[in-house]
Amino acid sequence: MSSTPLFRNATEPVWCDGCGDFHVLDGLCAALEGMGREPRNVALVSGIGCSSRLPGYMESHGFNSIHGRALPIASGLKLARPELTVIVTAGDGDIFSIGATHLVHTVRRNPAITLFVMDNGVYGLTKGQQSPTTPPGTQMRTAAQPVGDASVDPLSLMLSLGCGFVAQAYAADQPAMQQLMQQAIEYPGFSFVNILSPCPVFRGGMGIYKELRRSISRIDDSGHDPADLAAAHALLASAEAPLAGILFRRDLP
Amino acid sequence: MQKVIVGNHAVSWGVKLARTEVIPAYPITPQTQIVEELSEMCASGELPARFIKVESEHSAMASAVGASAAGARAFTATSSQGLALMHEMLHWAAAARHPIVMADVNRALGPGWNIWTDQTDSLSQRDTGWLQLYCENNQEVLDTTIIAFRLAEALDLPVMLVLDAFYLSHTSEPVDIPDQALVDSFLPKREAHYKLDINEPHAFNALVKPDDYMEMRWHMHDAQRRALELYPQIESEWLALTGRYYGMIEPYRTDDAETVLITTGTVTSTARYVIDERRSRGEKVGLVKIKMFRPFPVEAMRAALKGIPRIAVIDRNISPGNGGIFAQELRSALYGSDSDAAPQFNGYIVGLGGRNVTPDTINGIIDHVQSGETVDRPDIWVGVKA
Ligand SMILES: Cc1ncc(C[n+]2csc(CCOP(=O)(O)OP(=O)(O)O)c2C)c(N)n1
Ligand code: SF4
Ligand SMILES: [Mg+2]
Repeated sequence: MSSTPLFRNATEPVWCDGCGDFHVLDGLCAALEGMGREPRNVALVSGIGCSSRLPGYMESHGFNSIHGRALPIASGLKLARPELTVIVTAGDGDIFSIGATHLVHTVRRNPAITLFVMDNGVYGLTKGQQSPTTPPGTQMRTAAQPVGDASVDPLSLMLSLGCGFVAQAYAADQPAMQQLMQQAIEYPGFSFVNILSPCPVFRGGMGIYKELRRSISRIDDSGHDPADLAAAHALLASAEAPLAGILFRRDLP
Repeated sequence: MQKVIVGNHAVSWGVKLARTEVIPAYPITPQTQIVEELSEMCASGELPARFIKVESEHSAMASAVGASAAGARAFTATSSQGLALMHEMLHWAAAARHPIVMADVNRALGPGWNIWTDQTDSLSQRDTGWLQLYCENNQEVLDTTIIAFRLAEALDLPVMLVLDAFYLSHTSEPVDIPDQALVDSFLPKREAHYKLDINEPHAFNALVKPDDYMEMRWHMHDAQRRALELYPQIESEWLALTGRYYGMIEPYRTDDAETVLITTGTVTSTARYVIDERRSRGEKVGLVKIKMFRPFPVEAMRAALKGIPRIAVIDRNISPGNGGIFAQELRSALYGSDSDAAPQFNGYIVGLGGRNVTPDTINGIIDHVQSGETVDRPDIWVGVKA
């Protein structure tokens, strides 16, 4: 695993071998360094979960905060120190379950904060319960019956809320993910990237990487115009495979 | 039937035997095994309850309130941050008089993040109106779960049963699992005193003006205090059926004792071992275990400690700015009860965030209180690094 000296600290991650979050960490370090940012000008806020350990592995300011509350904490931080680059890195459970109400209102206020959800479709830290992004029908190790509840689609949720920058990345595709990270961080309002970051231990084993690499459909290749909201909805509705790229981007004055 | 099970599964078995009808759940370490086992019991049909995976602990308690308002027997389990997030709903469940039972696995609150045992989570909910029962071993956990429903439904008040993280939650012990028929005879189906009924519509929880609010709180408080009489009666029935009795408090080798420890949870078992050892050397030492924290058994504690010259309270919790919470409660319970012979009363803070409380720790406390050394603080912190 390549580590970027500037943004990576010396702490060894406690993630399992094969965890997608290693890729997110590497990618974020490289993306920030590539943009010429300095650790002292970046604040990372997470909630709690495996993914939320990420700020602890970086040289920048880091908050491993409360389950679900990363967005309001980041909002306060950004208000107090607007010159900082404020990034929220959290899990799908954290953001779409216990903290879901904060999404609605953070999007409405549109602060210049970037949200990277490390979406593994499971509660990793508590050892494998269904999360809001676990597809119905999935058999979890922690339940006798397959998931019965409908899942949340992060992209369509964020489009519907009116988020000005909505994208999805695949953690193991470093160049594309790093580029998306940089575009999201540069976006002047609230930006959102859903990062497909596998949990091979509790969702799908190592085979999930091959499956994702094979199935992902790149938005760029489809000729989609990210400024077109109706087209973004239509693309999502017709997508048969996970999308990667910028789905919607509204230019702000 | 005897089974070797962890404390968490002892809770699940109790909930199953109580024929619980609705279980809303959100995972949190070290509680998660309780609800996972229950979800398996529901899926296999062993427990015909409705199980719902909610999006937070606040919603878990809110769903339990809804189910209880419809007359169902409802249960959930949580720990630490989850209990703290529920706080608003805890007040609601109690004041709306819902006999919900909840297990709290004692775990330290953040920051710093810590998953190990510490009683501050449950004790800081002391003014919500919930009854609180602390357990020492897995058999007591199972029995208390069943007893909790009886008590809750008799009083229309929610009951929290509390067990230590890992020392009980994840430790296996042999547990006698009573027969379903025995439990059914002890705990019949819930007959809700008030419930949503389509034949007799009610609106619940409307605005209550100053004219009536105080009475609502008085009734709630009065019901809490009635538990002091009712609990021993209910436990006596359990004794007749199973041969097991715990008591609101349990004095252990306190006859003629000159030094008495006050303990809760698994620290009690360690302290029993220390007491036995020192008794075998002829020392006059004993302990009183507190099982019931709410309502606080004031009279029972006064009686148990009458004439004891030295009391050492062991608190695995902290109310910052004051001291250990059991020590505070006990000190005020004893105030004025024996004005001729006020005991030496020391409060010790131990084991926060899961730090081990060993026989050495407890021996050190006994040595300290016996030395008669006077301390000018209400709380003595044991083993804090400089
Ligand atoms: C209020 C509260 N409830 C529950 C928990 C337990 N908990 C910790 S992380 C987590 C979910 C983690 O899932 P996710 O956010 O998807 O992160 P992942 O571990 O998958 O990266 C839960 C339920 C908690 N810490 N606080
Ligand atoms: S449990 Fe899953 S999400 Fe957590 S560190 Fe391991 S692989 Fe990653
Ligand atoms: Mg997750």
